[in-house]
Amino acid sequence: MKIVVPLKQVPDLVEDLDIDDNGISLDYEYLKMKLNEFDDHALEEAILLKESDGAEVVAIAIDGDDVDKMLFTALAKGADKAVKITGADPYVDNHALAKVMADAISGMGADLVFTGVQSAGDRDGQLGPIMAVHLGAPSVSVVTSVKVAGGAVTIEKEYSGGMMAEFDVDTPAVLGIQAARQTPRYAPVSKVRQIQQSASIDEVAAGASDGAASSSITKMAHPEKGGGAKMSSDIDEIVAILKEKGVA
Amino acid sequence: MGDILVVAEHLNGELADITFEMLGMAKSLGGTVNVALLGGSDEMVGQLGVAANVYRVDCGSDYNPESYSAALKAVVDAKSPQVIMVGNSSMGMDMANTLSAQNGLPMAAACKSISGGGNTTVEAGLFGGKINVTSDLGSGACVVTVAAGSVSADDGKADGSPATESIDMPATDGKVRFKKLIMPESADVDITAKDVLVAIGRGIGSKDDIEVAEELAEVLDAAVAASRPIIDAGWMPKSRQVGKSGLKVKPKVYIALGISGAPEHLEGMKGSSTIIAINTDKNAPIFDVAHYGMVGDLFDVAEELTEALE
Repeated sequence: MKIVVPLKQVPDLVEDLDIDDNGISLDYEYLKMKLNEFDDHALEEAILLKESDGAEVVAIAIDGDDVDKMLFTALAKGADKAVKITGADPYVDNHALAKVMADAISGMGADLVFTGVQSAGDRDGQLGPIMAVHLGAPSVSVVTSVKVAGGAVTIEKEYSGGMMAEFDVDTPAVLGIQAARQTPRYAPVSKVRQIQQSASIDEVAAGASDGAASSSITKMAHPEKGGGAKMSSDIDEIVAILKEKGVA
Repeated sequence: MGDILVVAEHLNGELADITFEMLGMAKSLGGTVNVALLGGSDEMVGQLGVAANVYRVDCGSDYNPESYSAALKAVVDAKSPQVIMVGNSSMGMDMANTLSAQNGLPMAAACKSISGGGNTTVEAGLFGGKINVTSDLGSGACVVTVAAGSVSADDGKADGSPATESIDMPATDGKVRFKKLIMPESADVDITAKDVLVAIGRGIGSKDDIEVAEELAEVLDAAVAASRPIIDAGWMPKSRQVGKSGLKVKPKVYIALGISGAPEHLEGMKGSSTIIAINTDKNAPIFDVAHYGMVGDLFDVAEELTEALE
């Protein structure tokens, strides 16, 4: 079984996000980027399946700043192979990204493609289901459990209020992973360095990304501060509020 | 303005709030509002009084990503709406993206407002609610997913008897098969029934650190709730999750410790009577919905608060 996991870097939301002078994109120059946390869960679930059922796990990403490090880290965690797609913009919207990814993945003979269910900048939709259409494969989003059963997988999809549904899905399939069964593992820097010495990253050239439906950003802005919270720096004030509300 | 198609969302035999929120939003756009009721029941039609027409497709009463997406495509192909509105939800994510890719329609996700007339433009809160992004979807057909809680569900609630039309269910490959609905595990504590919740988020660094919230909860006779990252990490049971994929809560007092306030979380708690937020980041979106806020380390604040209340 082969599981392909597309990885994408997104802005670290803990940091302040600046808007470029053009007013329609983030200022990426000083932005701290990190692996999309849901992609980390997708990779973890793939590696867990490799450990339980046997699988070849391939991590794939569009070439860009720090992408080698991200891919070597994936190898250090347990991926068998890393591929980077050259000649494409890593910050394109998901419709264009889905096309580039599908082109690169279509010849790989993947049984499963695990994407993070969403990512921080999903302006034009989510990668997984769009890519699935290009690959001609079924897709399910918001998956929290994957069990392999012959030529199919049994999955759990999460709804709201703690409700879920179980589905059987024929492979090849694209699954948008919400959460792996366990917290994504951590790869120590020493192990990543070691992998960097011994392993290599395959490269494939990007196909055309045109033909994808698109929309344009006309404005980006920080949300206007509403009335907002009354700020306090005094614990006694908070205590007084709790007493006033009759709960303390 | 062309026609607007609202894709009704239902779960376990009931229309979801997001359906009415979308209808409320659609009403103000100025075009004819129609509903795609995929699966669903006769009873649901009567609750869709805002719609001029309800297009029904018999694709099974239980949601299935493959068959429901095929059913939606059949409605869109038959009726050529201009704006197709889908919930920014677990089901909506499947259907909207699939439709957009299959029919080559531009799409915008997680929108909190839409304006029509000429080009369709939308505004979405992205990057954890830290950036508002306005997109132009052009003057043709487009797909928009709507963030829950953007407008009141009451705006779209109206009983009535809209005209119904059946659209044939197209054949599918049957690659996705519904097995069963899994109801929530019974919870040790019902967080929706508590007057006070102490909610923890990413600011809690490890499972052991939850103790500091438990101690504060104890002196307030409160329960500890959590945002998604804490649940996904396996540190607390799903029954304690507040937000989009968890529970909606409206306690008298909601104390948010180390919760940044992503839209998915706000969806589940912004109806609380009093919200007190503690966060190290003074720009955290949680401070926009909170009534009272304190910039500080959650561990220090929680401990001091516990001591002061004991």
